Amino acid sequence: MTSPVVEDLLRTLAPQVLGVLVRRHGQFYACEDAVQEALLAAATQWPAQGVPDHPRSWLVTVATRRLTDEWRSERARRDREVAVAVREPAYAAVAPPADEEPPAADDTLKLLFLCCHPALGSSAQVALTLRAVGGLSTAEIARAYLVPEPTMSQRIRRAKQKIEAAGARFVLPSPADRDERLRAVLHVLYLVFNEGYTASSGAELHRAELTGEAIRLTRELRRLLPDDGEAAGLLALMLLTDAHRAARTGPDGELIPLSEQDRDRWDRATIEEGVALVTEALTWSPPGPYQVQAAIAAVHAEAPSAAETDWPQIVALYRVLARIAPNPMVTLNQAAAVAMVDGPRAGLALLAPLDADERTAGHHRLAAVRAHLLELADDRDDARAAYLAAARATTSLPERRYLEVQAARLATDR
Amino acid sequence: MKYMLLIWNRPGFMEELTEEERNAIFGEVDVIMKELTESGELVGGDALAHPSQTRTARPAAGGGTEITDGPFVESKEQFAGYLMVDCETPERAAEIAASWPDVKHGFGVLEVRAVMDQAGTEM
Repeated sequence: MTSPVVEDLLRTLAPQVLGVLVRRHGQFYACEDAVQEALLAAATQWPAQGVPDHPRSWLVTVATRRLTDEWRSERARRDREVAVAVREPAYAAVAPPADEEPPAADDTLKLLFLCCHPALGSSAQVALTLRAVGGLSTAEIARAYLVPEPTMSQRIRRAKQKIEAAGARFVLPSPADRDERLRAVLHVLYLVFNEGYTASSGAELHRAELTGEAIRLTRELRRLLPDDGEAAGLLALMLLTDAHRAARTGPDGELIPLSEQDRDRWDRATIEEGVALVTEALTWSPPGPYQVQAAIAAVHAEAPSAAETDWPQIVALYRVLARIAPNPMVTLNQAAAVAMVDGPRAGLALLAPLDADERTAGHHRLAAVRAHLLELADDRDDARAAYLAAARATTSLPERRYLEVQAARLATDR
Repeated sequence: MKYMLLIWNRPGFMEELTEEERNAIFGEVDVIMKELTESGELVGGDALAHPSQTRTARPAAGGGTEITDGPFVESKEQFAGYLMVDCETPERAAEIAASWPDVKHGFGVLEVRAVMDQAGTEM
């Protein structure tokens, strides 16, 4: 077992070591494998033998050795195939490890851009980011995503092949591409966070760890990009969401909606950090979608109770969000907020066009919000039918359970 | 997102094929399994024994339970096996199902069923 201290250290060093190797040798594919092996070696040796004085140099040295071994065996294999004796001595390309070579500040950034390359689908981007930048092992990622280790290993291998085939290089994207590539990086970190946050406790603890990993990587991203308001916005959104963790599920793992959560169980220190981050970012940055969502979360976080929520402020923020990032899912949340200000019928009117949008038609969240608003409008029969429609459409067990309970409540307590 | 692809086909249809036809079908299955393994989408899968080997546990008429020989559903097509895949979109899962030889050659159908997630967001 790795100690938490060693584990944290290894995860911090992972992208630095990979950066050093890729800068020296190119060959992201082979370097990434070599670093993974060095991390595994450290995870087994350090807890027993103690952390070396220069842990990063240790890792660079071991990873470089693995890389040369790999090249030698690869070369030997090729040589055997063509039956030519190898005369050249070593591999001059491999410089002796310059042990004190500092990591370049933007190595981690370049790695993030590489792992979130547009040639990859989002699940491949996520897996590769967690391994190459997060320093997680394939086994850990497989456990977190509830798939067998060979499946995850293959997904990572395929992702690396695609990146190579796409001719991606270990450089920062051009200014023309930068915004779009950065959006992809932020989205991947957001996906990792959500995967962990939505996991229920108990059986799914491995997934819950993803939340901490996403926050750690986003913190790092924000440190590297202090001038990017969206990096700060995403970090704030994660913190403000994660602050609800203790209150979001009941003793039996049942989901508790925001309006019914015990706010004394919210993590105040985390909320303060999140509120400060987004407030500060919005003073100088043009508002991006993550900042606005964080601002909405901040309004909820600062309300002493659900009834005392500043709904007009939330409606105004949703209006901004709908303008800068139009999306039917935004409209859905906006409708729920409008209902709190102008009444449920006003909210329901906003939902009507979403039945014609293929992104939301038949979606369980549309039915769930509609059910809630119908219930507020005292239309119990239609509300119950909508809760049941939402329960049928969701693929989440805790959500289905919550929605069925709501439907049952309307059937009985008259 | 995980999907289970349920393979339903007519038991014994393989017996009616020539050896070349059978080999061709196994070859097609191998190609798909290799592709799904290499893409990191394959989570698992199994073929099931002939339905004549099935036993069914059911509530007994006079209360309690009973075990009977034979499948639950008496129908021409029987549940023959499954694949579990983890893929990016429901469209991709359906595409895999449509590529399966049973569907392509008219021996059966594949049902694509989303697997329930233990995770959920507050409503």
